[in-house]
Amino acid sequence: MNEIGLNHILFVSTALFFIGVYGFLTRRNLITMLMSIELILNSVNINFIAFNKYLFSDKLDGLFFTVFIITIAAAEAAVAIAIIINLYRNYKSIDVEDADQMKH
Amino acid sequence: MIDAIYIALIPLLPFATFLLLGLFGKRMGNFSGIIGTTSLFVSACLSIFTAYQYFFNSEKIDGAYQKIIAFKFVWLQFSENVSIDMGAILDPISVMMLVVVTFVSLMVHIYSLGYMKGEERFSVFFSFLSLFTFSMLGLVLASNIFQIYIFWELVGVSSFLLIGFYYDRPSAVAASKKAFIVTRFADLGFLIGILILAFYSGTLDFGIMIERLTTQTDSLVAITSASFLGLSALTWGLALVFIGGAGKSAMLPFHIWLPDAMEGPTPVSALIHAATMVVAGVFLVARLFPVFALSCPVGLELVAVVGICSSLFAAIIACTQTDIKRVLAYSTMSQIGYMMFALGVSGYGGENGLGFTASMFHLFTHAMFKALLFLGAGAVIHYIHSNEMKDMGGLRKFMPVTHITFLIACLAIAGIPPFAGFFSKEEILSASFHHNKIIFGIAIVTAAITAFYMFRLYFSIFWNKEYHPHGENHHGEAPSTMKLPLLILALLSIVVGFIPFGHYVSSDGLELHSEFHLMFSIAPVLMAVGGILIAMMMYKNSNIVSQKVSESFKGFYTAAYNKFYFDEIYLFITKGIVFNLIGRPVAWIDKNIVDGFMNMLATLTENISDTLRPIQSGKLQGYAIYFFTGVIAFVLVFIYLWN
Repeated sequence: MNEIGLNHILFVSTALFFIGVYGFLTRRNLITMLMSIELILNSVNINFIAFNKYLFSDKLDGLFFTVFIITIAAAEAAVAIAIIINLYRNYKSIDVEDADQMKH
Repeated sequence: MIDAIYIALIPLLPFATFLLLGLFGKRMGNFSGIIGTTSLFVSACLSIFTAYQYFFNSEKIDGAYQKIIAFKFVWLQFSENVSIDMGAILDPISVMMLVVVTFVSLMVHIYSLGYMKGEERFSVFFSFLSLFTFSMLGLVLASNIFQIYIFWELVGVSSFLLIGFYYDRPSAVAASKKAFIVTRFADLGFLIGILILAFYSGTLDFGIMIERLTTQTDSLVAITSASFLGLSALTWGLALVFIGGAGKSAMLPFHIWLPDAMEGPTPVSALIHAATMVVAGVFLVARLFPVFALSCPVGLELVAVVGICSSLFAAIIACTQTDIKRVLAYSTMSQIGYMMFALGVSGYGGENGLGFTASMFHLFTHAMFKALLFLGAGAVIHYIHSNEMKDMGGLRKFMPVTHITFLIACLAIAGIPPFAGFFSKEEILSASFHHNKIIFGIAIVTAAITAFYMFRLYFSIFWNKEYHPHGENHHGEAPSTMKLPLLILALLSIVVGFIPFGHYVSSDGLELHSEFHLMFSIAPVLMAVGGILIAMMMYKNSNIVSQKVSESFKGFYTAAYNKFYFDEIYLFITKGIVFNLIGRPVAWIDKNIVDGFMNMLATLTENISDTLRPIQSGKLQGYAIYFFTGVIAFVLVFIYLWN
């Protein structure tokens, strides 16, 4: 119990994932929702790193994926913020409740 | 020399006039009547010229008039042998019909110039008349049984248009609809008959069909041996074709449309419903006469029976009607019955063909005097502004020309020598005398009744009571455009009887020397004179004899007055049986079961979509919930499957 094992880390990442999901579903502010998505992505990153370290320590695939996901997340954040700015210009608000045009 | 070009011009001129007046008539105004009349005048001249060329200058083979195909082109080719052609065939009956149709039509055109003057749709009227003339000419010239059918329907349409010419009168609209529907039903029989005949003979061409069905060929054997309900296919085919003819010619039991058709303008009644279109049925039987006579005597019997029944039946009704045009309508029906049974009692070739000649002769003379009667009645209606007999009487001093010409026509139709009707009727009677004594007996009674009701009409219009003209500015008798046709037709009603008709028209094209038996004609003439005398006694002066007579036969009189309840029977069959017992259940099934099923599908779809619609809310986080729920569900399913 004194050594930190794979399970502990998986617990952390799972917690992080569901905190992200919870934040995504409940926050009304689009920026906060974007942050929640970052949490979800990072929980996946932790999973990759943990599996790489504990199960396949002789390989680097997990690390590569992590680096890849961080890059994608940066790009995605840029696009998302651009969308949010445009929404703000249109609605004068960044509340997700105000942007309900997606039913058409 | 028979030249295709001017023969083609005869029907095409009225057609061109129809197009011209139909498209640009409104701008021409009264000028359109002159155009129509002129073009028809040319047509009539060409027809008479054709007749002259055909009867006097064309080549005869063994003394028989030949069928000349003036022109023919294939219009629709079905297979190598079967095609619908458009052509013109010249034989004695079609040439005679050409003359009758164009001539009567010309008279009616001239008459209409006066009669329809001031009518709002003057040019439309003339364009319809031209359409009718074109269709009728196409019908009589047809070289192909399908061509005749096409033009047959075209005359039906133009008749429909002209009966309903006063389309703001509900009765005229109803009459035009009735005429169209009744004849349409009969035409269904015609079409089936054509199909049967064409199926067995393998052709639609008249010449080839008649040849195949009268000589011993495979088609004749096949068509006579195939049987349905105890009658051979040939009998069925011919009977069905005859039903078509009976519909157009207002024979029993399809006659109900003709009296109502009198709602149309009077010139139309004269042209279409007296002289030309209604004899199309007779013409059709005459066209197929060799097949009837040589291969199917049963069919000919049917023609004779239907003809004689219609003839007597219509004559009785005519005695009781009070609308003068209806009296004339029933008299038309009666006379066409005469022509029909004359065909029915006829044999083929030589002396036996007397009935055929007599029928065509009567058709010819009838066209003249019946057109005259209608035009005269039109003049009376024009003067009085009423169709009812009780509004008339004592008109002889006010309308001298109409009076004399009407009298001539009445004498002609009654069969008094030397007027035209006498000769043709005498021929019919002698033909039926040699064939069937019962038919002869009924025919001679009918002749007496004919004389009676025609003179009842004559005396009621021109004698009876004194006429007191009301209003100061009453116009004169009639304009000269109306008098001229009356005079021409009256002259013809006197002289056409002297044409030796048998020399020109006979069943086999050979000359037929019909002998004139003085002794034989005494009886019919006496009967006719008797009829006239009775009518004179009852109607010359206004007295109560006629009322007394009608009261003493009260039941019979009422039945005849109500046209023997034929209209009511039809109404009962259509409304009571067809509509209620068949129409309504079918409508119920259609409304509740067929439509109901479709409505159910629609309602179901609507309800489901109503329930599902809120899912697509446009709320981003709502979608996210569905997404995550779905993912979790998949995960659970996979976990469950893996274990």
